[in-house]
Amino acid sequence: MKGFGVTVLRAARRFMSSLPALFGVLVFTFLLMRVLPGDPAVFFASGPNAGKEEIEVIRKQMGLDKPVPEQLLLYLYDVGRGNLGRSLMTGQAVTKDLRERLPASLELTLTALLIALVSAVPLGVLAALKPGSFVDHGVRLFCALGVCVPTFVSGLLLIYVFYYLLGLAPDPTGRIDVFTSLPPSRTGFLMIDFLLAGDLDGWWAAFRQLILPAATMALFVIAPLARITRASMLVSLGSDFVRTARSVGLSGWHIVVTYALRNAILPVITIAGIVFSTMLGANVLVEKVYSWPGVASYALDALLSSDYAPVQGFVLLMASVFVVVNLLVDVLYGIADPRVSI
Amino acid sequence: MAGATLRHTAWILRGNPLTAIAAAGVVLLVLVAIFGPSIVPYDPIASNVSQALMAPSAAHWAGTDQLGRDTFSRLIVATRLDLVIAVSAVGISFVLGAVIGAFCGYAGGRLDRSVGRFVDVMMAFPLFVLAMAMVAALGNRVENIVIATAIINLPFYIRFARAEVNVRRNVGWVEAARASGESHVSVVLRFLLPNVLPAMAVQMSLNLGWAILNAAGLSFIGLGVKPPTPEWGIMVAEGARFISTGRWWLVAFPGLALMLAVLCFNLLGDGMRDILDPRMRT
Repeated sequence: MKGFGVTVLRAARRFMSSLPALFGVLVFTFLLMRVLPGDPAVFFASGPNAGKEEIEVIRKQMGLDKPVPEQLLLYLYDVGRGNLGRSLMTGQAVTKDLRERLPASLELTLTALLIALVSAVPLGVLAALKPGSFVDHGVRLFCALGVCVPTFVSGLLLIYVFYYLLGLAPDPTGRIDVFTSLPPSRTGFLMIDFLLAGDLDGWWAAFRQLILPAATMALFVIAPLARITRASMLVSLGSDFVRTARSVGLSGWHIVVTYALRNAILPVITIAGIVFSTMLGANVLVEKVYSWPGVASYALDALLSSDYAPVQGFVLLMASVFVVVNLLVDVLYGIADPRVSI
Repeated sequence: MAGATLRHTAWILRGNPLTAIAAAGVVLLVLVAIFGPSIVPYDPIASNVSQALMAPSAAHWAGTDQLGRDTFSRLIVATRLDLVIAVSAVGISFVLGAVIGAFCGYAGGRLDRSVGRFVDVMMAFPLFVLAMAMVAALGNRVENIVIATAIINLPFYIRFARAEVNVRRNVGWVEAARASGESHVSVVLRFLLPNVLPAMAVQMSLNLGWAILNAAGLSFIGLGVKPPTPEWGIMVAEGARFISTGRWWLVAFPGLALMLAVLCFNLLGDGMRDILDPRMRT
């Protein structure tokens, strides 16, 4: 239990040291959004022939008439109270919008990460078991190609093959087709909500919508994961404890999985953390291709209609997720290897 | 002298066939970028609606789009724009990042710490989103894609140059340069920077592929490049509307162009890294 305490302490310290960066993100986003062209007051006035006075009133309502430093302080105060402002596009509080849409993005990204890990780790292990073999070169080629195909291209090609040619996938728009009724929302993750509601047909429908976008994202990130697994497996397979385990006659798979892989998994966890945060940001492209109602497409729409608050909220959310993922990686690190200390 | 360098390079490339192929690919890309617009069979912008949405054929190798424009010609012409965006973005972040990072690594202290903090903040952003926001903030133009891509790359170069210079700041030849009366600025610019350049050049080649993908991604979501300009990302975006009715060539060929360009730069970067430092091979 002492090891666990150390891990918690370390995580707490990491968290404290990431607070200044989060604060910086906050200020930076605020300034960035204030430079954006287009006057949102004009944009959201009743129409193109709205009078000057009407626009002035809206500017006052939105606090755009105050000096920028004062706007910043007000903004920080609001964020401190958990108020991220109101989206002019949807007319709702940004926190509410984000909360509604975050599960869609998380479900997509987590599924993609799962697919990527489940395929990358075995590939990396197989490649490391026989370096220089046919399998090794195959994995290498696959990795080299995987990082070169942009997600928006592979996504569209997957749609072509699985929707148009084979007819296996449903119409690639949104999380669910129009004929399926939504389950009562408990977690926001459709796959889990359908299971909780006991609706297996619904679950299948949601799964079919999810699998193509998730595979698209996974294809792009299998490469770094497989590469790091291979490199780290090579080191651990060549180490003394594996040689000893072999010499006392333990079975091959037992050695590979229990001894070598467990020792090789640390760098994989680190890279998986980085990959996850990158995926959340790069979601924009996949969400656009599949009309996925997630936070990234929400931010993109807001950005294109000069709606400041949602974009600020989105970037802040992403930065916070980044911090949380880093913490999680730290904790996992401590569990996977108790020797790791401060 | 130049002949010896050339012979040496040729000797290295013979031992690394993959790197040689990648280098040839990059040379080909550059040639296409320079001469492409004058050798294409069709006008990349003139529309010819009677020939709209034709599948690939002998007359149109990569088919035609919804306005009857020849996809192959557009692909070739787009090479120049895509390469110019990527190369200038990476060039800017390389120069700025190397200089800032080198001075931070050399000076240490408060300057180093505050720049380090700033870099941390930058890296806490979802970078693609940051690029999106910057293009929107600066105005929807190609130059701003370059600037945005350069800025999101900057932290990596600053970190890299900082680390490389930091380990060398007190080695013998730097002490010697200082002792012989060189100013600090001159030590950094004339002695330290040239020593970290080879390692950074590798970084640059690996980065170019990423910059190409990034710029294409931005124009795919409608930022930066405007139609009818031929550019790979926007060609994919225009073709996306026709994918669910089976017009695969409008997406597949620009996608293939992107893939080959990125592949060449990545393989070249990998090869250069292996040649410079064989221990890094994975």
